[in-house]
Amino acid sequence: MFIENGFLLVIAALPFVGALIPGLMIRAGRTACASFTAIPTAFALVLLAMLAPEVMQGNVIRYEVEWLPQLGLSAAFFLDGLGLLFAGMILGVGLLITLYARFYLSGEDPMGQFYTYLLLFQGAMLGIVISDNILLLLIFWELTSLSSFLLIGYWKHLPEGRQGARMALAVTGAGGLAMIGGMLILGQIVGSYNLTDILTEGEAIRASEWYLPALVLILLGAFTKSAQFPFHFWLPHAMAAPTPVSAYLHSATMVKAGVFLMARMWPALAGTDAWFYLVATTGLITMVLGALIALFKDDLKALLAFSTVSHLGLLTMLLGFGTKLAAVVAVFHIINHLTFKAALFMTAGIVDHETHTRDIKRLGGLRHLMPVTFLVGTVAALSMAGIPLFNGFLSKEMMLEEAAHTTWGNSPYAVGALATLGALLSVAYSFRFIAHVFLGPVRDDYPAKPHDPPFGMWAAPALLAACVVIIGILPAAVVGPLVAVAGGAVIGGGEMPYYSLKIWHGITPALFMSVIAVAGGLVLLAMHRPLDRVWNAVPRPEAKTIFDALIARVAGASRGITESMHNGAISRYLAIFFVTTLIVGYAAWAGGGLTEATRAPLPVPPAVAIGWVLLIVAVISVTITHRRRFLSLVIIGVVGLMLSAGFVYLSAPDLALTQISVETVTIMLLLLALHFLPKETPVESGAALRLRDGAIAAASGLGVAALAYTFMLRDVDTISDFHLANSYEGGGGTNVVNVILVDFRGYDTYGEIIVLGIAGLVIFALMETLLNGPVARRLRETVYEPDRSRDRHPLMMVVATRVMMPIAVMVGIYIFLRGHNEPGGGFVAGLVISIALLMQYMASGFAWTQARQRFEYHGLIGFGVIIAGLTGAGAMLAGKPFLTSAFDYFHFPPIEEFELATAMAFDLGVFLVVFGAVMLMLYSLSRLARIAGETVNREPMDYDPTDRVENRKEA
Amino acid sequence: MEVVVASAVGVLTASGIYLVLRLRAFPVILGLALLSYAANVFLFASGRLAINMPPVLSKYGEASYTDPLPQALVLTAIVISFGMTAVLVMVALAAYLKAGSDAVNMGAPGTGAEDEEADS
Repeated sequence: MFIENGFLLVIAALPFVGALIPGLMIRAGRTACASFTAIPTAFALVLLAMLAPEVMQGNVIRYEVEWLPQLGLSAAFFLDGLGLLFAGMILGVGLLITLYARFYLSGEDPMGQFYTYLLLFQGAMLGIVISDNILLLLIFWELTSLSSFLLIGYWKHLPEGRQGARMALAVTGAGGLAMIGGMLILGQIVGSYNLTDILTEGEAIRASEWYLPALVLILLGAFTKSAQFPFHFWLPHAMAAPTPVSAYLHSATMVKAGVFLMARMWPALAGTDAWFYLVATTGLITMVLGALIALFKDDLKALLAFSTVSHLGLLTMLLGFGTKLAAVVAVFHIINHLTFKAALFMTAGIVDHETHTRDIKRLGGLRHLMPVTFLVGTVAALSMAGIPLFNGFLSKEMMLEEAAHTTWGNSPYAVGALATLGALLSVAYSFRFIAHVFLGPVRDDYPAKPHDPPFGMWAAPALLAACVVIIGILPAAVVGPLVAVAGGAVIGGGEMPYYSLKIWHGITPALFMSVIAVAGGLVLLAMHRPLDRVWNAVPRPEAKTIFDALIARVAGASRGITESMHNGAISRYLAIFFVTTLIVGYAAWAGGGLTEATRAPLPVPPAVAIGWVLLIVAVISVTITHRRRFLSLVIIGVVGLMLSAGFVYLSAPDLALTQISVETVTIMLLLLALHFLPKETPVESGAALRLRDGAIAAASGLGVAALAYTFMLRDVDTISDFHLANSYEGGGGTNVVNVILVDFRGYDTYGEIIVLGIAGLVIFALMETLLNGPVARRLRETVYEPDRSRDRHPLMMVVATRVMMPIAVMVGIYIFLRGHNEPGGGFVAGLVISIALLMQYMASGFAWTQARQRFEYHGLIGFGVIIAGLTGAGAMLAGKPFLTSAFDYFHFPPIEEFELATAMAFDLGVFLVVFGAVMLMLYSLSRLARIAGETVNREPMDYDPTDRVENRKEA
Repeated sequence: MEVVVASAVGVLTASGIYLVLRLRAFPVILGLALLSYAANVFLFASGRLAINMPPVLSKYGEASYTDPLPQALVLTAIVISFGMTAVLVMVALAAYLKAGSDAVNMGAPGTGAEDEEADS
């Protein structure tokens, strides 16, 4: 039965919201920081506890918020038994870790950062276990990879930490990518991305031909996350993390995510041969191999890491068996492993913290010096060994029972024997943990004098150790209901298999296997020293070396590709780009069909033909004469002019106006720039290169011409009829192009003026930086040729431009005002007035004009954008969408009736930005000239005839 | 008329690309200017050609108009391409003033890149 409850969303969000707290609270001290970190976790735990009774009754709590329904992605959460178990573990252990870390971390460690990462991780992990949508689950899955990367690499100064974090991220991240593929396939098979739907479609999924790829991809994700062979190598390297992280991520939560996923998907994917052989075999190998390596590790945390690998293998194997009973046993062992392994990690952390070493060979005899730690560690380790009265015994016994009844291939004994071997090794390393750390004689060469830590540090592991014992003695009463409801969720409902959680099952095969394991383990421990020597003498493949070599090869290959393509030669990139475009264009042309031409070609009158010849000749001349820069610049002006004429002829008066004014400004700009650049381009490219470029250019030109010609002869459906029909009624203007700019597509225009404004500011900033650097010195040393003109500001030009100035401004204003109804508008007006001002600059020089300027161009750009933006926002005040235009007609005698439209204010903004940006660009360039030692004139012209009159008067 | 426009676009594109592939900043800028002309005319032509049909609504009854939308798009494109050219000119100028060469490729003779490497 499903129950809606919004608390789920709150639980999912709490850790992420809480992640903001530590960073703020760290200023109030470390204890305050830790306490406040605990609050969101505790709060989430309380909410979870409020939901728990419903779940324990077998109900499922759901909550869904639409996110991207088009992609099948919704923020859907659900909480069933399995989710409850994991969420409880994540939050509960999270609380303990918060407490433990407060005492573990030293004063130099940035604790606020640690808790922030921890809460982020907690949120991601929590998200995985309560997501109902597999796409959402994937997002959280990747988030755990990222946040665990931050946590593992928390001690940034340690190279092992950084390398371990990178390795963990590379392995789990790659697995996550594979899993995305698997999940998408799964979603496609079922037709829904919601887990609740997927879990009921197990039959259809297993029957699908896509089952195997989906299974393999999803398992890749799960195996990498849960450190299954052959991906087990990252986990020990991740032990470079602070111990609280290891205890949290690598015993209780993150590495269990893979196991969780296999358990979650169990109803959908399990039960086939492929599942059994892939999952159970991997688990079995991992279990034995991990235990074997753990036995010979001297680093306490490495020992625990490999034992974790081994136990994860055990869980994987149980899930892989595919029987309902095995799945329930797996759930039970998840609980048990959590309690003893987290306690063990914390114990190892305490030992490390107090003795300053984790090397087992340097430890021993600590039971007298650290009695509390000894007690806690021993209880947990005995549980790990599977000794009766501790909880590890119960689930190990049930596991052995299951293994004894499993047939692999044709062999009925293989699994049982190997599982016993795994258990035996497990006993050996567990006892080694106790014997070599705590037992034995007290030594006098510990790096630091050991003693028990403060209460806050041993409280958390002690609590877990207490759980170990309580569950071990009264399993059915303490965790029975939880195992039942979580196990029920794993097997996907239906009848529960018969099992019983108790210490004494009678004389069973498992009991014999256990006895063999304990006895064999003790023997192995006794023989540890000689075995250790043998182990160290035998060469083994080192996973890290292989991994590093692999990474180096991949990095080398990608560097090779990058450097051959991306070698700093822009010409090469561009050539590659053009050739690629050509090939793609050719492919499209070759693959597509062509309809009949529907338009008759227009006639070509003689005037047009002359213009065309001029244009073509000019373009070719520019290309031929491009080494003589000044000449080519003059000729390119002809091109722009001819284009403007073409626009006029082809019914585009607005374009013609814009083109011709832009042309003017561009040429001025290039002329100014050319002043500082070399006047000639040297011959550098050989004939072959030129031929190649020519071929690329000719082919591209032909292609574009053919494309243009083809589509011009065919009709097209256009949305312009709407614009033509609504321009006057809706936009209040008869110049449709202008109405489109300021009204229909005003948002576009708004963006574009902002871009233009930014371009102006970029140029200004660039010049500013340049002139404050060493370039300024070089510029000051510029030597000018002696034969420069002495009359740089000629009288005729000064007078002419002075006369033209008001006229040009008039024209600009006129063009601006008529823009809405006749060709013109803000763009053109801005350019025209810029040109009027530029003429003053040219005639009378930079300094003279600048001294008479009363406003800053930056400000103009800013005001323009603000005016345009406010006009648009004004429409929102009136309850209409952004940039909706309003207009009305007014009549004041004796002036003729005229129209006022808000679009005009918008156009004013456009005008100001265009004007400001253009002027700012040219102003920046002319500053260069000033630095370069151009004489600064205070007079408007170099030779002023009125001076002579004045002089004569005085004389 | 279509042939005229198409061939103009083609020649502009070809010259533009040829110049863009040169090794010095100034021809590259000229090439980009030619390419933007080509792109603008190409876009404009996508509204199909029409003579004496400017998209300015007539007060005197029915008339036919050319497609105004490409014109509006091209109008802003012209202004933006000016902005782009200007930024590019400045970058080229700054690079030239700093490095003493306006070669566009790294490591090309005279860019100073090799000297800096030798120094470090």
